[in-house]
Amino acid sequence: MRALLWRDIRLAIRAGGGFGLGLAFFLMVAVLVPLGVGPEGALLSRIAPGILWVGALLASLLSLDRMFALDFEDGSLDLMAVSPLPLEAVAAVKALAHWLVTGVPLVLISPLLGVLLSLDPAGYVWLVAALALGSPALSLVGCFGAALTVGLKRGGLILSLIVLPMYVPTLIFGAEAVRRGAAGAEAMVPLLLLAAISLGSAALLPFASAAAIRANLK
Amino acid sequence: MLRVVDLAVARGGVPVLEGLGFALAAGRVMVLRGPNGAGKTTLLRTLAGLQPALSGRIEADPDILTYSGHADGLKATLTVAENLAFWAAVHGQSQIAAALDAMNLTGLQDRRAADLSAGQKRRLGLARLRVTGRSLWLMDEPTVSLDAASVGLFGAMLRGHLAQGGAAIVATHIDLGLPEAEVLDLGPFKAGQSRQGAFDEAFL
Repeated sequence: MRALLWRDIRLAIRAGGGFGLGLAFFLMVAVLVPLGVGPEGALLSRIAPGILWVGALLASLLSLDRMFALDFEDGSLDLMAVSPLPLEAVAAVKALAHWLVTGVPLVLISPLLGVLLSLDPAGYVWLVAALALGSPALSLVGCFGAALTVGLKRGGLILSLIVLPMYVPTLIFGAEAVRRGAAGAEAMVPLLLLAAISLGSAALLPFASAAAIRANLK
Repeated sequence: MLRVVDLAVARGGVPVLEGLGFALAAGRVMVLRGPNGAGKTTLLRTLAGLQPALSGRIEADPDILTYSGHADGLKATLTVAENLAFWAAVHGQSQIAAALDAMNLTGLQDRRAADLSAGQKRRLGLARLRVTGRSLWLMDEPTVSLDAASVGLFGAMLRGHLAQGGAAIVATHIDLGLPEAEVLDLGPFKAGQSRQGAFDEAFL
C-alpha cells in the first residue's frame, strides 16, 4: 500500500502528472474574482468564504478523472485486482494520494488567497481549519465518482454530474464555518459537521468505490 | 494446482465457451489455441477472477495466480526499475534484479518506460510476472511484438518458472518452443454453435 501511495504521488509530481493544476486553478479564481467584482472591500470580504470554497471544490474536481482512468487504460487496474492488494485499500490509497497532491496544497495556500479576497482577519484560522477538515471528503467522494465512471471514455462530464451534488453538503458547511468565523460567531458546529462528513466518507466510500471498480472491470 | 469443472464463460453478456473442463498440475504449461474471438481472453480473465463465470467451478487458490493481459500496466513516466519495483512491492517482494536479467532489461533499467520500444515494453511486462512471486501465470498473447531472441528469453524464463514448481496457461498463436506443453483447443467448447458470427463484434 505504501508502494502504491508513493507511486501515485511520484506520478502526479512528474511531468504531465497534473500536480499544480488544481493549485493554479484555485489561484486564478482568487485573483480573477476581485478583478471581476471590482474594488469593493466590503462586498469581497462578504463573498470571500463562498468563493474560496467553490474554488477549492472545483480545483479538486479538475484532477479526479485521472484517478482510476489512467490505471484502467494501461491495464494496471486489472493487475491490481489480481494482486494481493484489496481494491478497498487501492481506493483508499488513491483518495489519500489525491488529497495529498491536491487538497493539502490548497489548504496551505488558502490564507494567501484570503488576503486577495480581503477576508476578515478573524476568518483565517477557520478557513484553514475548514479546508483541512473538508478537503478529505472532496477527495473521497471524488474517488467514488471516479470509480463509478472508470470504464467510460471521456467520463469527465458525467463524473462532474455525479460528484457535484455530493459535494454540496461539504461546500455548505465549509463556507458556513468560515463565514461564521470571520463574523466572530460560533463556528464549531459547521466545522464538526464537516469533520463528520469527512470521517463518514473515509469509513464508507472506499468500500463503495471498490465495488464500483469490480463491476466496471467485468 | 488448478481444476476447472464444466465452466461456461460469457463476454458482454453473450456465452462464449461452455462445458470446459481441465486440470493443471504444478510444473505444467497449457497452451490455449483458437481463432480470434474463440474466447481465450475471456477464459483467462475468468480464471484470474476479473469476471464471474457463467456457470461451473474454478478450483484454485486466488492467491497463487497472476495475470498478464494485452496491456502491460506500465507507467510511462516511471523508469523500468521503478515500474518493476512497484509491482514487486505490491506483491510483498523486493528482488527485481533476477527478473531484469531474465528478460535482458538490466541495461535499460534507468530508462523511462515512455522511451522503450513496443518489444521492450512487453519484455518489462513479462518480467513483472516473475517479481510477483506467484506460481500460476495466466498469460494472454505474451509474445506480441517480441522478436525471435526475446521469445527465446521468454521461453527460458517460463521453463525456469516451471522447473521451480510453477505452472502457466498461455494463450498464443505462435510456437513457443515448448514441446512439453499441453494444448487445449477451444474450438469444440464454443457456446451456441449456430449463433457463431453474430457475436464476433464483442471482441473487436
